[in-house]
Amino acid sequence: MAQVTYLEAIRQALIEEMDRDPAVVMIGEDIGVYGGAFKVSAGMLERFGWERIIDTPISETAIIGAAVGMSYQGLRPIAELQFIDFIACCFNQITNFVAKSHYRWGAPVPMVIRGPAGGGVHGGPFHSQNPEMYFVHTPGLKVVYPSTAYDAKGLMKSAVRDNNPVLFLEHKFLYRRIKEDLPKEEYTVPIGKAAVRREGSDLTILSYAAMAHTSLEAAELLAKEGIDAEVVDLRTLLPLDRDTIFASLKKTNKLLVVHEDTRTGGVAGEIAALVCEGAFEELDGPILRVTSLDTPVPFSPPLEERFLPNVEKVAAAARELAKY
Amino acid sequence: MQASLTREQQVELYYYMKLNRSLEERLVNLFRQNKLLGGVYLSVGQEAISVGTAYALGPGDWIAPMIRNVGALLVRGFLPVDIFTQYMARQTSPTQGKDGTSHFGDLKKRHVVSPISMLGDLIPVMTGVAMAGRYLGQNIVTMTWIGDGGTSTGAFHEGMNLAAQQKAPFVCVIENNQWAYSTPVSRQVPVRDLAERARAYGIKSFIVDGNDVLAVWRTSQEAVDLCRAGEGPVIIEAKTMRMRGHAQHDPAEYVPKEMFEYWKQRDPLELYEKYLTNNKLWDAKTRKALEARIERELQAAMETAEQASFPPAELAEQGVYCDGCHTIEAEWKRSKKEVTPPASSVEPVWKVEGFGVKEAPQTADTKAAVEETLAAETPGRQVKSGNGIPAPFTKSSSNGKNAAKPAKPAAKQNVKSKPALVAARKGRR
Repeated sequence: MAQVTYLEAIRQALIEEMDRDPAVVMIGEDIGVYGGAFKVSAGMLERFGWERIIDTPISETAIIGAAVGMSYQGLRPIAELQFIDFIACCFNQITNFVAKSHYRWGAPVPMVIRGPAGGGVHGGPFHSQNPEMYFVHTPGLKVVYPSTAYDAKGLMKSAVRDNNPVLFLEHKFLYRRIKEDLPKEEYTVPIGKAAVRREGSDLTILSYAAMAHTSLEAAELLAKEGIDAEVVDLRTLLPLDRDTIFASLKKTNKLLVVHEDTRTGGVAGEIAALVCEGAFEELDGPILRVTSLDTPVPFSPPLEERFLPNVEKVAAAARELAKY
Repeated sequence: MQASLTREQQVELYYYMKLNRSLEERLVNLFRQNKLLGGVYLSVGQEAISVGTAYALGPGDWIAPMIRNVGALLVRGFLPVDIFTQYMARQTSPTQGKDGTSHFGDLKKRHVVSPISMLGDLIPVMTGVAMAGRYLGQNIVTMTWIGDGGTSTGAFHEGMNLAAQQKAPFVCVIENNQWAYSTPVSRQVPVRDLAERARAYGIKSFIVDGNDVLAVWRTSQEAVDLCRAGEGPVIIEAKTMRMRGHAQHDPAEYVPKEMFEYWKQRDPLELYEKYLTNNKLWDAKTRKALEARIERELQAAMETAEQASFPPAELAEQGVYCDGCHTIEAEWKRSKKEVTPPASSVEPVWKVEGFGVKEAPQTADTKAAVEETLAAETPGRQVKSGNGIPAPFTKSSSNGKNAAKPAKPAAKQNVKSKPALVAARKGRR
């Protein structure tokens, strides 16, 4: 069986969902003839036609707005943002119109907002960001950020079928760098469920997206030093899977949170608060975090390397934590 | 297109306008008695627009009202009790107390989308409803309203441009009520007629006297028909006046007294009452009965609302997500096969006509519009700052056919007037 990349897995999910349900349409910039800036929708115009693969002007607010309108009509639109950094342009539509709709007046918004996020590709300040926490802080949305091809496909299918607006973040560093065999048969991955990627007993490294891979690499390195780390991949950031987090902590009693998002106000802080409130007795040491710096994402390779977490930084923090 | 309204329909227009006004008068009283929560945003003087435009739509069409469109909600079948309970934040309100004012809707039956407070956002949303309607084969038209102030938002432009590019069957009604909170139109935009914006989108537009309900209805009918025929979207600019402050707390002292006086003479209800009387469409008895009915309905609605209880506190925690409480189902009016492979397959290439700007095909409409623009240099059309009284109302269309001829200052004068105008604007800041 041919191995499937993270990007191809997303493409497969989109095509299969659009084949399955004519209520699913896509809207975004350059997604049709060009097939999207990263070619996620390559060949989809050919297959589904102009009515279902809708190329728009450069108008992020109008893209999200039109998608909301479509969802009110019972369609399930998937809105692509060419780079997720541009989500700032439609912040109001998403946080005020989309997210509050069901709570305010009982109108569900079954739409997916998807786009490439994350750094490590020297994209600079406006093509590398991780904007998840603006939206994790917005009741009414769901936020997913997969780390594997299998999850990307399964979570996308769940997102399309969800009756709620789902922000689906795709890590562009992973797009073509990872691949795996995917099941032939239909499957979905539930939103709101974390996955234990590596069993361990000494400490828990909690992470997601590209940093899940970094954390796993660090765990292998630590294993050689006699530190047995458990690695948990959150997969969904809103709603958070408290049960899996608490279960892992109960086993290891030590928690290190790793994310590529900047430090202040990142999800690590929220998880630390959750743990202190709900599982304080389980802790044998401080909750540590390895994150990006509190700066914009710098462009030049040595600067971006300093900015981002990496295996060494994760391993160093884990060693500190293991001492407790 | 329905060419004219029956006597009953003409009286019904009055019913909705009067209901709109009387309802809001009661809201003011309730506000003064501290029985309402939040602000009260009135549409006094603008009832003809809400009612006349919404009246031109069919039951399958969609609307999204803004804050001063209680009249449209009433035409669409919402009841006074819905509005009272919204303002009183009761459990029986359409939003169960989750939101107030006109922030409510009904997707399935009345096809009403709830607004949010941020202006302009409904333009792309209603464009999307219209696009979906076409995709589903419904032949519907969507409509929303926006004030003069709201047209300056980015969402307005993005939405109108997308609607135009998509030829969406969407009517955008600009209620030019002269004031965005405390700022007159002349301090918001450098054009007199907001309908001129339509030229930038290459779409049709109308200007109508917003205080003449029949003119509003006729113009809306025309716009709706154009949209249904695939010639949308359309902008209607309705000239009117906000006869109260932005909300009930605002005495609107910044509005020149003469301006209120001028518009008081053009009250849409009084004008229409005269019309109905002069044309013998009603008699004193019918009118009295109608007004008694309105009072009865409002009194009953108000009592019901006042007796309604507040929502239970635990409701605050419910409804963030749809956990299967709704069934999402589109109303298909065409075969799903048409939009499913292989029938949906296309050749993925752009068909580009003209190959360049110079050779780009120009329709008679756009050509006429361009010529007209060149002829009517905008700086010559200065708006008198202050009272904001518009020129005589004319129904015009940007296709040039029925367009009111704008004043044509000589070319020389234009060159001179331009720097003067710039200087004047700078001085004002």
